[in-house]
Amino acid sequence: MSAWKIFIRGLWEDVPLFRLVLGLCPALAVTTSLRNGLGMGLATMSVLLGSNFVVSLVRKAIPAKIRIPSFIVVIASFVTIVDLVMHGFTPDLHKALGIFIPLIVVNCLILGRAEAFASKNSLGRSLLDAAGMGLGFTLALCILGSVREILGSGTICGFVLTPESYRPVLLLILPPGGFIVYGLLIAWFNLLDSGRGGR
Amino acid sequence: MAMTLKVSSSPHIFTNESIPRIMLTVVISLVPAAVGAVYFFGAHALVLIVLAVASAVGTEALCQKLRGVPVTVNNCSAVVTGILLAFNLPANAPWWMAVLGSAFAIAIVKELFGGIGYNIWNPALAARAFLLASWPTTMISSTEFPAPRGGSLSGVELDGITQATPLQLIKNTIIPIFEKAESVSAAQVESARRVLEQMANADYYGALFWGRVGGVIGETSAALLILGGILLLTRSYIDWRVPVGYIGTVAVLAWVFGGPEGYFTGNVGFHVLSGGLLLGAFFMATDMVTSPITRKGKWIFAVGCGIFTMLIRLKGGYPEGVSYAILLMNTATPLIDLYTKPKIYGGS
Repeated sequence: MSAWKIFIRGLWEDVPLFRLVLGLCPALAVTTSLRNGLGMGLATMSVLLGSNFVVSLVRKAIPAKIRIPSFIVVIASFVTIVDLVMHGFTPDLHKALGIFIPLIVVNCLILGRAEAFASKNSLGRSLLDAAGMGLGFTLALCILGSVREILGSGTICGFVLTPESYRPVLLLILPPGGFIVYGLLIAWFNLLDSGRGGR
Repeated sequence: MAMTLKVSSSPHIFTNESIPRIMLTVVISLVPAAVGAVYFFGAHALVLIVLAVASAVGTEALCQKLRGVPVTVNNCSAVVTGILLAFNLPANAPWWMAVLGSAFAIAIVKELFGGIGYNIWNPALAARAFLLASWPTTMISSTEFPAPRGGSLSGVELDGITQATPLQLIKNTIIPIFEKAESVSAAQVESARRVLEQMANADYYGALFWGRVGGVIGETSAALLILGGILLLTRSYIDWRVPVGYIGTVAVLAWVFGGPEGYFTGNVGFHVLSGGLLLGAFFMATDMVTSPITRKGKWIFAVGCGIFTMLIRLKGGYPEGVSYAILLMNTATPLIDLYTKPKIYGGS
């Protein structure tokens, strides 16, 4: 597989949220606005880059039997770093995302990439994979966050978009709204596939 | 003359029942309550009903076209959904709520799950939950509820207490007074007690029964709903076990736990006749698609609806619990069906 293919895969063909259906918990819980979606996406991407980097470096040293706990230790270290950095530099965002930052540890996307890719591939390829998957995840969260923020609060990044007479669909920034928008987006992706003769 | 022996597999006896026929009967059974709604609340109620039906039928046709399946709007099931959705709106609700609610009911709750026969929840009720979560102020604030013609919003004489629908009055004003009896003045407790007394006499039951008390569009008149329910019962389109089990459970729980001043003092007539119980028990809990198949299952379903309704009315955050009770039991329906599956004769 070419380097370009590894990178671009995470952005379209295997975009984590809509095709692999990984990382749902943060995706549904925090994407009530574009800002939160972007923040969560970037935080996840940083952890993914870090964990793919380290896992790929030490992949030959880790005994197969204890690889999952080892990956988790690596991931947890990076999550702690990201958590503290966000606490220090973006306290508002840190507060808005709350418990879901430490919970990045159990995001299946990160463990999934460590297990399925980084533990079997060279450093460069692993980093490309992390960048592609991370960007794809971030983009997906931004789409979810934008749709929910525009319709659910009538704003985007805090700017009022809609006329005053618009009465926002509150449901969309509540958890059920997250499921509905997410389901419709998956359906849309499937529709795109079926239009091209299926996958 | 040669004799022919025709051999065919079962079934050998057919009825002329069909989905369009059943749905048309349901529509007819809803007509008395719809006519009543227009009488009580005026032309805006008619506008809401017509818009909701038009939106439901339009959305269904559009979705079926997009899905590439035969367009079956002629079977009237979307009409039923539209009418029931409109029945669940306050009479002053803006027109777009009827349109959006119906579109949500058909597109998200019904067609996305596979169309008629495949939906998990009653579409009209799920759409009501959608509207309630999205625009809570419009769906429950008492300014959206006009007094019906020839009656008043709460149906009782109040001094110094804001007008509200009977269940809102009980939940938001009367019960809090009794709960904080030490910290409120004796006069307030006295006036709350007077309201409860007014709600417990035959005149008040008459007002609830005939529809001289406010509420959402379709729930006002118990008499008209029962009329429609009887039509459906005589045609066996609904099973008597569901309304009887549901209303019976509510009655028993209301009697035991409904009184603010001790057990076995609750006002049964009030809890049975007020709010959306009759509308829910006859027309929405009996939905063929979203309620259990077996008789035993129907009993479980009906009693569950009753328990949840009273739990929400007495302990929950909302004044009325019928819609969420039925939605919760809809969710449990596949499980109920699984556990009430009859044993095949001779099977183990």
